[in-house]
Amino acid sequence: MRSIPVPTGSRSGSTTSAVAPAAGAPRPGPAAAVRAVGVHKRFRTRAGVVTALQDVHLEVAAGEFVSLIGPSGCGKSTLLRLVADLEEPTSGELSVFGKAPRVAREAQDYGIAFQQAGLLPWRSVRGNVELPLELHGVGRRERAGRARELLALVGLSDFADHTPAQLSGGMQQRVAIARALAERPSLLLMDEPFGALDEMTRERMQTELVRICAESGAAVVFVTHSIPEAVFLSDRVVVMSPRPGRISAVVPIRLPGTGERTEGLREDAAFFAAVTAVREALHGGAAGTPAVAAPETAAGAPRGVDLR
Amino acid sequence: MSGVRAGLRRAGVALVALLVALVLWEVVKAVVPDTGVHLGTASLLPRTDDRAMPHVWDVLARLGEAESGARDAPTVLAATLSAAVFTLGIALVGWALGVVGGLLLAVLMQRWRVAEHAVLPWVVLSQTVPLVALAPLVVGWGGRLELGPLQWERWMSVALIASYLAFFPVAVGALRGLQSPTAAQVELFRAQAAGWGRTLVSLRLPAAVPHLLPALRLGAATAVVGAIVAEVSTGTRGGIGRLVVSYAQAASGDPAKPWAALLGAAVLGLVAAGVVGLLGLVLRRYRTAEVS
Ligand SMILES: Nc1ncnc2c1ncn2[C@@H]1O[C@H](COP(=O)(O)OP(=O)(O)OP(=O)(O)O)[C@@H](O)[C@H]1O
Ligand SMILES: [Mg+2]
Repeated sequence: MRSIPVPTGSRSGSTTSAVAPAAGAPRPGPAAAVRAVGVHKRFRTRAGVVTALQDVHLEVAAGEFVSLIGPSGCGKSTLLRLVADLEEPTSGELSVFGKAPRVAREAQDYGIAFQQAGLLPWRSVRGNVELPLELHGVGRRERAGRARELLALVGLSDFADHTPAQLSGGMQQRVAIARALAERPSLLLMDEPFGALDEMTRERMQTELVRICAESGAAVVFVTHSIPEAVFLSDRVVVMSPRPGRISAVVPIRLPGTGERTEGLREDAAFFAAVTAVREALHGGAAGTPAVAAPETAAGAPRGVDLR
Repeated sequence: MSGVRAGLRRAGVALVALLVALVLWEVVKAVVPDTGVHLGTASLLPRTDDRAMPHVWDVLARLGEAESGARDAPTVLAATLSAAVFTLGIALVGWALGVVGGLLLAVLMQRWRVAEHAVLPWVVLSQTVPLVALAPLVVGWGGRLELGPLQWERWMSVALIASYLAFFPVAVGALRGLQSPTAAQVELFRAQAAGWGRTLVSLRLPAAVPHLLPALRLGAATAVVGAIVAEVSTGTRGGIGRLVVSYAQAASGDPAKPWAALLGAAVLGLVAAGVVGLLGLVLRRYRTAEVS
C-alpha cells in the first residue's frame, strides 16, 4: 500500500529537537524524560584513560521511544548507566525529568531491564516481579494484585510459582521486563533486553513492548544491536560511533498510515527505507555524507537524517 | 519431598561406606602379618595383632561390658554416650558462638573493604596458633573473670576454644557468599534505591546460603574437634576428650576400650554435621544453582 508518511504523532512528542548542542539554559515547558548536555565520561583503567563518551547531547521527551545503536564499545551501555545513576558523568549535565539522576533513582522514576535478566534464583517468578514493590514497602495484597497484572501482561500467568531456573531465557527476560514495569515508571531503560532471544521470540517481544509502552505511556531508552529492531520500536534512532564514543547521527523514524507499529509494518516499504537510512548512518559515520536519502525527506518533511 | 529422599540416600551411602571400612579393617588384619611389614628397620605397615588392631566384634562387645571393675561401673557404651552428650552440648554452644562471630565478621568485611584487608590476614593467622598453647591461657583469663553472680566455669573455656575453631570456616565461607551476587543483581538493588541493610537481607544473605551451609558443616566438625582437644588440654572432666585419654591408658591390658571411645568421638562429629544437615533442609529454597 502507498501512503503518505506521517509523523508518529501521539507518542513521540516529536516537536522536541533531536539534540541540544548549545550549552544548557533550562528549557521551559514540561521536563524531558532524559536530558544530557555536553556529557563526558572517562574511565581510568590500568591501561590508561578510556573516553567512553564525549560531548553527548540528547533529549528524550516524555513518552518517546529512543533507541541507541552503534558498534560495540561506543558507550551505549555507559550512557544508559549514567542515566540510571549507576555511574557518574565526568563532566556535563544530566537530568531525568528535570531532576538529578540520583534524585530520580531514589524517587523510582525509572525501571531497568538489562541483557542479563538478573533474576533472583531463590524467588519464584512472582516473587521476582514483586521485588521492587517489596523493597518499597508496598503491602502484600497490593503486591500480589500488581504481580498478577504484570504476569498477564507478559504472558506468564501460568508460571507465577515456577522458579527462574525452570524458565527459558526468553521467559526469564519477560519476567525481568515485568519487574521493570512493576512501579509504573515513566521511563524505561533497557540494555539489549532481547539480545539473547531467538528471532521469533524477539519479534513477538518487540510487538509486546510496543503495546506495553502504548498502554503505560512510558518513555524508553533502548540499547540494541539490531537495526530492524531499532526502527520497528523507535520514534528516533540515535546512532553512535566509537573511540571516543559520541552521537554521530539521529534518525527520526516516520511511519506510514496511522503510525501504528503492527506486524505489517515489518513488510512495509517505508520500514525498509528507514532501515536503510539507519544502516547508512551507521556505516557512513559522520564524515561527509550529508544527504542520506531518507523517505521522510523525500516526502518533504523538514527533518530527515540529522547528521552531525 | 525430594530433599528428604536425597538425605536418606546420602545416609544410606554413608552407612555402606562405614561397612566397607569395617570390612577393610578386618581384611588388613587377616592379610598383613601380626608384626607388620618392615623393610630393613623402616616400618611399612603397622602391627596388626589384637593389641594394635582389635577385631571389630571385640570392640562392639567391649561397648556392652562394664567400664571398670568397680561395683556400680556403667558399661563402656553408657559412659561413652554420656560423655558424648556432654561434649556435644559444649561443642554446640561453641559452634553457635563461632557462627555468630563468623557471620558478624563476614558482614563487617563485606561492608568495609578496608576491614577485609585489615582483618582477613588476622583471621587466617589466628588458626595457626596451636590450641594446646591457647587452652591454658583461656582458662587463666576465665578464672580471673568476675561476672557478678555468674561463675566462669571450665566448660565455658572449652566452648570458647571450640568457637575459636568454628568461626574461621564460617567467616571465610560467609564472606565469599555475601560477595557472590553478580554485579547485575547488586545494581538492580541499587537502581531500586535499596540501602545496604535491605540489600544484605534480601540479596546478600539469601545468595550466601549455598556457600554458608558447607561452612557451617565444617564449623560443626571443627567445633567438635576443638571441644575434644580443649577438654584434654584444660583437664575438663565429663567429656569425651577425657574419656579418650583415660581409656587410652588402659590400652595395653584392654585394647578394645580406646577404640570404643574413638567410635564415640566419630559418632559425635557425625551427629554435629547431621544437625547442620537439618538446617540445610530448612533452607533448601536458597540452595538453588545460580541463574543469570
Ligand atoms: N567500568 C569501566 N571501567 C573501564 N572502562 C569501561 C568501564 N565501562 C565501560 N568501559 C569502557 O567504555 C567503553 C564503552 O563501553 P560500553 O559498555 O558503554 O560500550 P557499549 O556500546 O555498551 O558496547 P556493547 O555494544 O559491546 O555493549 C568501552 O571502551 C569500555 O571498555
Ligand atoms: Mg553494552
